[in-house]
Amino acid sequence: MSTVVQPVPRSFGRTIGRRFRDWLPALVVFVLVLVAWQGLVEVFNIRQFLLPKPTAILGALRDNRSDLWSAGIVTFKEALGGFAMGSTAAILVALVLARWRRVGGAIMPYAIAANAVPIIAFAPITNNWFGLLNPMSKMVIAAVLCFFPVFVNTLRGLTSVQPASIELMRSYAAGEIETFRRVRIPNALPFIFTGLKVASVLAMIGAVVGEYFGGPLDALGVVIQNNVALFDFPLAWAGIIVASAFGIAFYAAVAVAEHFLTGWQPAADSRSD
Amino acid sequence: MSAPHAAVSLAGVGKTFGKGAVRALEDIDLAIAPGEFVSLIGPSGCGKSTLLRIVGDLIQPSVGDVIVNGKPAHRARLDHDYGIVFQSAVLYDWRTVTKNISLPLELLGWSRGRRNERVREMVELVELSGFESHHPWQLSGGMQQRVSIARALSFDPALLLMDEPFGALDEMTRERLNMELLRIWERSGSTIVFVTHSIPEAVFLSTRVVVMSPRPGRIAGIVEIDLPQPRGAETREQPRFFELVTEVRERLAGSGAATAPTEPALVTEERV
Repeated sequence: MSTVVQPVPRSFGRTIGRRFRDWLPALVVFVLVLVAWQGLVEVFNIRQFLLPKPTAILGALRDNRSDLWSAGIVTFKEALGGFAMGSTAAILVALVLARWRRVGGAIMPYAIAANAVPIIAFAPITNNWFGLLNPMSKMVIAAVLCFFPVFVNTLRGLTSVQPASIELMRSYAAGEIETFRRVRIPNALPFIFTGLKVASVLAMIGAVVGEYFGGPLDALGVVIQNNVALFDFPLAWAGIIVASAFGIAFYAAVAVAEHFLTGWQPAADSRSD
Repeated sequence: MSAPHAAVSLAGVGKTFGKGAVRALEDIDLAIAPGEFVSLIGPSGCGKSTLLRIVGDLIQPSVGDVIVNGKPAHRARLDHDYGIVFQSAVLYDWRTVTKNISLPLELLGWSRGRRNERVREMVELVELSGFESHHPWQLSGGMQQRVSIARALSFDPALLLMDEPFGALDEMTRERLNMELLRIWERSGSTIVFVTHSIPEAVFLSTRVVVMSPRPGRIAGIVEIDLPQPRGAETREQPRFFELVTEVRERLAGSGAATAPTEPALVTEERV
């Protein structure tokens, strides 16, 4: 799911052709797994609440596509809001800690300890704080989940600069702000995107799981849970597939942004195959 | 020196690291006239790179006075009086060749038009035409170092500080870049302070070679290089060249350097 990053194609048709060849094995595996799944469920007569047939799930997906889509949008908005809040906070805190290392030394142990807290466990609490139906209650969970990976990666990117790069800037009598703007932040960009890609997936997880503890009826997590309660397993699975699709699309969007903003990296070329 | 004011003047400069635990430099007195090409040579750990950084106000001396371009080193740094080239090219991967060269010009607030014009000149000077929009990782080590030199010279500093700039390159590239550097020096008229491990390189390039002793680094001797200018490939074959190489080598041996390890300083992977 991760290989959406591609260099700008020179000859579009040829690149598409080559890309199709590259992806062909993965596609074959995908189809084989679906066929085996369908076959096993039929041959062993597996009950639907254990594992519905792919065809049943696809049917539920088709019959409820507009409801599932709008539920996905509701949940995705929560994920996006949480992602934006958590990532922004993480980048700002990392900038402060990279600038004032003493502060970093004082705060880092707590940041690491806080990361060990199972944040999902707070979902019922945030529902209390903001109200079940308020999207903010899910956004906060997503935001807290997003914070740490973005924070750690950003801080590492800002502080893993060759000493000579800093000496060079000093030789130009450049101040801290110039040094951050022209050396540390560009140096950190690939690291930041590594964090953001992890965060994009976590944001969707945070939003869906947050909804499992209660939320508006038209949200994806609630739809999945209600259909499990109603024994409509194909529809619950269809909801899971929609959640996955949104998660993958979100990740892909971040990866595309990465490609455009850090296209200078040598890795961007070698990653194409 | 008889010049109105020296390009670099060091008086009683010393440097200790830690609480006096490591004496890196002691009693350095040296005056470099404008337009000179002075090499600092000595074994690893003799403090020659430290001395270069003291001239550039990147390290503070523990004692002594450092005057650059007629003013305190700190003032000279703020006035952009020198350009510096390190052993590694220190180019920014996210910038193209053009943008790497124009970095100091951006910091100096030059207009875009003026920057572009100067960068074009510099690219021509270091013979990198056709590579303007390449990124550093697409260039060979020698080409990267040429970009680094172009960047250091782009804003026309009076002084160029070079810290083993060709130390990581193969011998052939090194000799070619030596020739180019001399040509650039002649054209720009700037003063160059050049740190190196290589005796032939120091003799070939310099007007004077400052021989340093191992820790604590002191000036063990100064060899005037009276080879005729301009120098070329044939310079390396003149008997006088070999005499001077021998003289520098003997000064180094006399300073106790022969017993000291002479491998290049490790490039630390420390990050800041």
